[in-house]
Amino acid sequence: MPQLIIEAGRAERQYWRDLWRYRELFYFLAWRDLLVRYKQTFIGVSWSLIRPLLTMAVLTFVFGKLGRMPSGGVPYPLLVFSGMLPWQFFSTAIAETGNSLVSNSALISKVYFPRLIIAGSSVITSLVDLFITGVFLVVLMLWYRYVPPTTILLLPLFVLLAIVASLAFGIWIAALMVEYRDFRFIVPFIVQFGLYLSPVGFQSAIVPSRYQLLYSINPMVGIIDGFRWCIFGTRSKIFPLALAVCVLEVVAVLITGIVYFRKTERTFADVI
Amino acid sequence: MTQSAISIKNLGKRYTIGRQKTSDDGMRHVLEEVIRHPISWIKSRRSRRLKDVEFWALRDVSLEIKQGEVVGIIGRNGAGKSTLLKILSRITVPTLGRICIDGRTASLLEVGTGFHQELTGRENIYLNGAILGMSRAEIARRFDEIVEFSEIEEFLDTPVKRYSSGMYVRLAFAVAAHLEPEILIVDEVLAVGDAAFQKKCLGKMGEVAQGGRTVLFVSHNVDAVRALCQRAILFDEGKIQADGDVESVVEDYLARSSIGSGLQLRGEQGLVIEKLALKNGEGQETHQFCPGEDLIVEITYNSPNRIELPYFMIVVEGAHGKCFTANMLLDGMRPDVLEGAGRISCRFGSIPLLPQRYSISLSIREKANQSKIWACKDAISFTVQSDLKNYGYEGEYLTYASRSTSVVIPYVWELPDGKLRPVGLTITPKNSH
Repeated sequence: MPQLIIEAGRAERQYWRDLWRYRELFYFLAWRDLLVRYKQTFIGVSWSLIRPLLTMAVLTFVFGKLGRMPSGGVPYPLLVFSGMLPWQFFSTAIAETGNSLVSNSALISKVYFPRLIIAGSSVITSLVDLFITGVFLVVLMLWYRYVPPTTILLLPLFVLLAIVASLAFGIWIAALMVEYRDFRFIVPFIVQFGLYLSPVGFQSAIVPSRYQLLYSINPMVGIIDGFRWCIFGTRSKIFPLALAVCVLEVVAVLITGIVYFRKTERTFADVI
Repeated sequence: MTQSAISIKNLGKRYTIGRQKTSDDGMRHVLEEVIRHPISWIKSRRSRRLKDVEFWALRDVSLEIKQGEVVGIIGRNGAGKSTLLKILSRITVPTLGRICIDGRTASLLEVGTGFHQELTGRENIYLNGAILGMSRAEIARRFDEIVEFSEIEEFLDTPVKRYSSGMYVRLAFAVAAHLEPEILIVDEVLAVGDAAFQKKCLGKMGEVAQGGRTVLFVSHNVDAVRALCQRAILFDEGKIQADGDVESVVEDYLARSSIGSGLQLRGEQGLVIEKLALKNGEGQETHQFCPGEDLIVEITYNSPNRIELPYFMIVVEGAHGKCFTANMLLDGMRPDVLEGAGRISCRFGSIPLLPQRYSISLSIREKANQSKIWACKDAISFTVQSDLKNYGYEGEYLTYASRSTSVVIPYVWELPDGKLRPVGLTITPKNSH
């Protein structure tokens, strides 16, 4: 066992090694959240299906039936559901990650471990939901007798992008939430508006092309378009520039997020 | 054995308090400042911090703990003990100084940290173990031992929210007790649970200590510190006040927590109590007594004015309240006059007290309207210590006598078979210390 040196004003050198050493805790915290999630609920896991299904129904009705938006030859519910998948994941992940530090304050003030583990494990919980809804997407495709093109094999890449994006925004919010509980009110707003500002109920192609770049500042534009491109192939347009903006943005937010998180992490126990 | 496990140099920890109150850092305030005066906000960030009220929880603490040492840390609330443990456990960072820790450390600052109410006992053992730094394989290996120690086998698959508080604590301690670190840091965890379980926990900790591992133990329970540690460190106001052999440091702590000798309190009419001393039957000054010994309270006063027919009242108080008193209002005797320097003492014959800590309150009242001339609660304190076995006591829970009443008078049990069993402190001690 190497020596541990704690020095005032010096970042710990062992942080990243500790992160690896505590990897099992990462798994246990995610496992706890999953176990606890549907305890004492009547219909249990079905909740992670009912939410996206109802949202899909409402959005199909509003945008597809009332708004008569184009779907590029794809059944409208399928179009909406393929957008719901990444959106639901992202929104629950940032909300849960954002709250994770504050809701685990008892742990933070009594035990040491790299706090990034808490934030990271919250993303896992939402990821499980993503897989459950993903299975339902397959059911939906069978129902519509829809055969996806080979681009579907690239879907894991976009899932990864969605995970990184959730983590990036999540750790920023989590670290900020420790000192500024204002984010407890801000996050639900982001989630609520984001559903309409992101191309969930419609295709991003309906946005006029001169606004396309501006629109792609919303990182979910690139991710949702990516999902649709994998699932529908050429029937759904993807804008390479928007995707590039998205990736750059996610990487930048992730790096600054880790830096900010590490900087404030030292005082979490005092502030929380 | 001589290698150091923990070495601390010039450690300091500063907290800024009153920040939340002024909402100086609230987001609205910050945003407002940024929007109104963006440049001066950046400039003023540093100086703004200085306005906060600063508070040093630890100041210039240097300490060396050798491998295999069992060290008790004592001190009043807010003395900095817990802050030290938090820094050693890496929960918070020091403001100044440097610490070097050699060995795998586990800290137990609270029993049941991370327990989840909705999860079952079994699930919580795994979760809590992982939180405390055990690997899954390690937990699985020690699982049966943990369950056995906690005595909750039949409730293993019940959510812990249905547990009684005793069961909860037992399970939580059981997990923690089976950590196998080289350095164990423990804070006040024994303040919970029933007597029998506390005894078991102390036993387990003693075992850990005997295994050659380093233990740092914070407690208010002076007896537990005495039983477990060879060395003790006394903290007060964020500094080390005493460090050394456990008996002398504990003695120091107990003496400090009373104002004791050398007090110069001035009462009304200028009366000064120059000294308040406790003496045993042989007339030696001490703070430690054996049950059944004589206790003499000696008051040295100086009265510049003439005080006629004052009343003296001495009250001896234990952990469970007042024990007995010497009260001139009841006695009907009193000194004729206090003038100049003088001395008055009161001898309590063979005190019927169980091993505990006691304090003495003194008040002096005027003859005419009985208003207080001088009064001090907890003016001086003493401990009664002894192995009750020397007095013929033979029960299993003798070490918990301090949780019984304070006063014990002789009594006789008459058993169903007609045998008489007399009990009392009056039996001459075989070898009192």
